Amino acid sequence: MSLVSTELTRRIDGIAHLDGISCALERGRFYVVVGQTLSGKTSLLHALAGLDAPDTGTITLDGADLAAVPVWSRSVSMVYQQFINYPHLTVYENIAFPLRRRRLARAEIERRVRAIAETVGLAQLLARLPGALSGGQQQRVALARSLVKGSDLLLLDEPLVNLDYKLREQLREEFLNIFGAQSRSIVVYTTADPNEALLFDAEVLVMHEGRLLQVGSAQSVYARPATTTVARIFSDPPMNLLPGSLDDSGLRLTDDVRLPRPRHLDSLRPGPYVFGIHPGDITLGASGIATEVELAEISGSETFLHVRHAQMRLVAHLSGVHAHALGENVQIALDGAKLFAFAPEGGLAAAPASGG
Amino acid sequence: MSALYRALKYAAILLWSAFVIAPFLWALTTSFKTANGITSGPTYIPWLQYEPSFEGWRLLFSSGGGGIAIAGPYLSSLVVTISASLISLALGTLAAYGLSRFTYRAGFVRNADITFFFISQRIMPPVVLAIPFFLMLQFLGLLDTEVGLIIVYIALLMPIAVWVMVDFFNTVPRELDESAMLDGCSPFETFWRVILPNSRPGLVVAGLFCLIFGWNDFFFAFTLTFTQTQLLPVAIVALNSSVTPWWSLSAAALVSVAPLVAVAFVLESYLSRGNLAGAVR
Repeated sequence: MSLVSTELTRRIDGIAHLDGISCALERGRFYVVVGQTLSGKTSLLHALAGLDAPDTGTITLDGADLAAVPVWSRSVSMVYQQFINYPHLTVYENIAFPLRRRRLARAEIERRVRAIAETVGLAQLLARLPGALSGGQQQRVALARSLVKGSDLLLLDEPLVNLDYKLREQLREEFLNIFGAQSRSIVVYTTADPNEALLFDAEVLVMHEGRLLQVGSAQSVYARPATTTVARIFSDPPMNLLPGSLDDSGLRLTDDVRLPRPRHLDSLRPGPYVFGIHPGDITLGASGIATEVELAEISGSETFLHVRHAQMRLVAHLSGVHAHALGENVQIALDGAKLFAFAPEGGLAAAPASGG
Repeated sequence: MSALYRALKYAAILLWSAFVIAPFLWALTTSFKTANGITSGPTYIPWLQYEPSFEGWRLLFSSGGGGIAIAGPYLSSLVVTISASLISLALGTLAAYGLSRFTYRAGFVRNADITFFFISQRIMPPVVLAIPFFLMLQFLGLLDTEVGLIIVYIALLMPIAVWVMVDFFNTVPRELDESAMLDGCSPFETFWRVILPNSRPGLVVAGLFCLIFGWNDFFFAFTLTFTQTQLLPVAIVALNSSVTPWWSLSAAALVSVAPLVAVAFVLESYLSRGNLAGAVR
């Protein structure tokens, strides 16, 4: 009982928007597609919805091939990044629109619209036109319209990106509750923000340049990113990646930065590696590696400190406000126990036991 | 500074308004004059400067005695212009939606080529089209008929409608179409239930252009009709005999622009309202 895509490929002007995507999505589960802009997230949703036909590959729902089923006969709904509603219809008629297309009885439409409006907090606004609503309310209308059908497949394409911070937090909370109740739908949500995937604690599909790089629970992808590319995508700010090597004397990052070999890297053979560390795992210390501050971004109660030591550039994610002048010297501490090790080709060789 | 700006702004608006309105006022006073009133220099105020006469207006509604019965041509013009505009708008809007949303390929011909083909109909000078149209209508037995003129006007007006509407539909987010289809609309239902109701500004502009171009056309109305059918611009020009009857020409001119002015006033309010705010922000 699931939606299965096999080797989906779609190229436009020679650029692969989808490159051999195979995945199986189960009913009643919540999937988050994480990828940067232009990674193919939206192309994947369009292909799953049936809005674009893939060049090659098949999509089946519960074993039945969907290729010949036109979009308007499928059981799919979609919420867009832009707030898409029907401007000429009231909120009530917007939500009722998909039900009217299915020629449901008037009383049934009324019952369903009122119930869903209650769920998403629109009960007081049913008589308004979408243009008279705030952005958050407009997105609630779009959400209600997508939920009211009870589709097999519910697709959400970065639905919170265009909202301000507070509303985003609030709607994200509500999404969790709402999708928790969708026991028979397959929910696919795309985002560029790995923190969102971690908050939802969903099944994650990491996409990059049209390819599916890794599939797994948010926690497991965060703890064991399969490649350096996944490590960069699935960490915000991106994971620091430092070329170095392992030898008998320990772990070498630059000529003068050496660390004792951490326990979890014991089994690795000597040789060149790329070491990764989450920006949040870097701390400032009285003693450590001497670095020079290149940039200090202060965002609310967090500081992103960009520092450099010889060729080695790092970003440290510090909680609290730390004012540092450009060019100032700071000591940073790298905890060897929190280092990821990747092969020079990019594959994960070893991950910290704690999950970083 | 801002007071000076306001003063200059209103001065400019007043000046421009004077330019626009003056010819109408001129025509209005002239329409109440007689031959004597016109030749005795510029005068503006009836009763004080000249003795008003309703002769010009009377001639519009009488046949015989230098008069033209304007009602017949007027009605013909209304029928031809409105029919041609509505059909052009309907066909043009459908064509424009197709060109905006679907990809067509016929050999080397693509959407942009088809759109250009429509617009290219207006690139040729009308004189080039006159003879082909004349022969076509002759072949069909539709010369000197309202139906013939309607067909010709559709050919002339539809490019305008296609042009305006393709441009308009390209500004309507595709996500609106996608949403409608995901909500169960076939492509035609998508157009009919979702896109068309939100296309009022485009339809108003395209419709207004069609009405103006159709109503004001003299050339085809003149070359494709003889005696049975006469449109308003031709009838007005026909007033001009050995003595130019400025009074009835002025009255006829005012009567002929009246419907366009009325339509412009009514439609103008739709232009500012009814945009797509709410679909996308």
